[in-house]
Amino acid sequence: MAAFFNKGFGRKRESTASDRIPPGQYETPDFPVLSAGPTPRIALANWTFKMEGLIEEPVQWTWEQFNALPQQSFTTDIHCVTKWSKLDTKWEGVSFDTLLEHVKLLPEVSHIMAYSYGGYTTNVPLEGLRNSKGFIGLRYDGKPLTPEHGGPARLVVPHLYFWKSAKWVNRLRFMEEDEPGFWERGGYSMYGDPWKEQRYRSDDSDYQASLNDD
Amino acid sequence: MTKVAWQLGLVKAIVQETPRIKTFSLQLPAWQPHLPGQHYDMRLTTEDGYQAERSYSIASPPGQIGEIDLTIELIDDGEVSAYLHEGVAVGDSLEVRGPIGGYFVWRKELQTLPLLLVAGGSGVVPLMAMLRHRALIGAANPTVLLFSVRTPAEAIYRQELEALAQQDKQLTLLFTFTRQAPVGWTGYQRRIDRAMLTAILGRFPTLPQCFICGPTALVEQAANTLLDLGLSADSIRTERFGPTGT
Repeated sequence: MAAFFNKGFGRKRESTASDRIPPGQYETPDFPVLSAGPTPRIALANWTFKMEGLIEEPVQWTWEQFNALPQQSFTTDIHCVTKWSKLDTKWEGVSFDTLLEHVKLLPEVSHIMAYSYGGYTTNVPLEGLRNSKGFIGLRYDGKPLTPEHGGPARLVVPHLYFWKSAKWVNRLRFMEEDEPGFWERGGYSMYGDPWKEQRYRSDDSDYQASLNDD
Repeated sequence: MTKVAWQLGLVKAIVQETPRIKTFSLQLPAWQPHLPGQHYDMRLTTEDGYQAERSYSIASPPGQIGEIDLTIELIDDGEVSAYLHEGVAVGDSLEVRGPIGGYFVWRKELQTLPLLLVAGGSGVVPLMAMLRHRALIGAANPTVLLFSVRTPAEAIYRQELEALAQQDKQLTLLFTFTRQAPVGWTGYQRRIDRAMLTAILGRFPTLPQCFICGPTALVEQAANTLLDLGLSADSIRTERFGPTGT
């Protein structure tokens, strides 16, 4: 029995897949939109995607070049820190592992900062992205990703809370040490594992442990 | 970094704001001052240990010491909001942690800057915290609240807002009723559009700082139009909620 419980509170609907819903989350069929500012306007003709930082040679793609990279389909559950989870979301895009084939990492790389049109940033450990754990999403549910959901291209890191999946991504910087991004500077978790409910920085007591688990 | 720890708040008062919206006043043992615009997480637990969490904006100003007000809309089929609306009474306890959020918030420098607040429905709640705080500290910055609701029955805090605007020449309150206006209404009766925002920007001596909170469609429309009208992206802060329906 729970130490404290709300008298009369009962579970209203059993999720169709409870074992896929992390603690404190609920399943939604919708795809809610959350962003801190206006949706940026990005002309595909001017769109670029760049990788830089602790790599031997920085690399940059145009929209056309990026779309010519090998793409894969991904079906994955996503979990937003504002408590909703959405199961079996269908994406197409370029795997982070594919991107890594185009650069040579310096041995000291441990983390990545993702940058977006509009000024958003978020930090992710290198190991949280490689080995099929992260991709750049270009299409959602069979259609080009819409601007309010992060189109034309969005980082997708489904095993972390969804603020790590930077909308409108245009740059990845490889770093030697972890640094906080936009929400992380505002008190949100540095790592953001939904299964450990790492919502806020003070939930990060086992932050190191969660890195070792991966 | 202070620990954002769970605590048991005591329900001191419940106010029925509209047919579907209630304000819960919670007395907190570990209360700390918040920034207007911040939220608390709430966690409900069943007797067998199942937990559900939601985030709710704080409606009260930080000048209300020891207590917070959370204004909560009843969501159709809402597991948490239905219990709060139907199963909670004064004297009950609710588990919360906060305050949380550092971007969609009132910052000290705002008290001297022109300010445009745009609300859709219960999106007015964090903006109400800002307006209550602004009134308490006696800020005299030119401020407009544009508040879009479908019907008069959905106009949360209407009396208080009208009283605030009446006693403060620098505060302008503009309702727009998108479905049904009150009898004899002469103000806006349509969705937020370019003509409306152009007229409102014309009231300001210089371009304002903007906070927009409401359903996604309203936030997208207002933010995109303000960009078109020359506001910079970094002067517009948004908070979106509600099902997208798509």
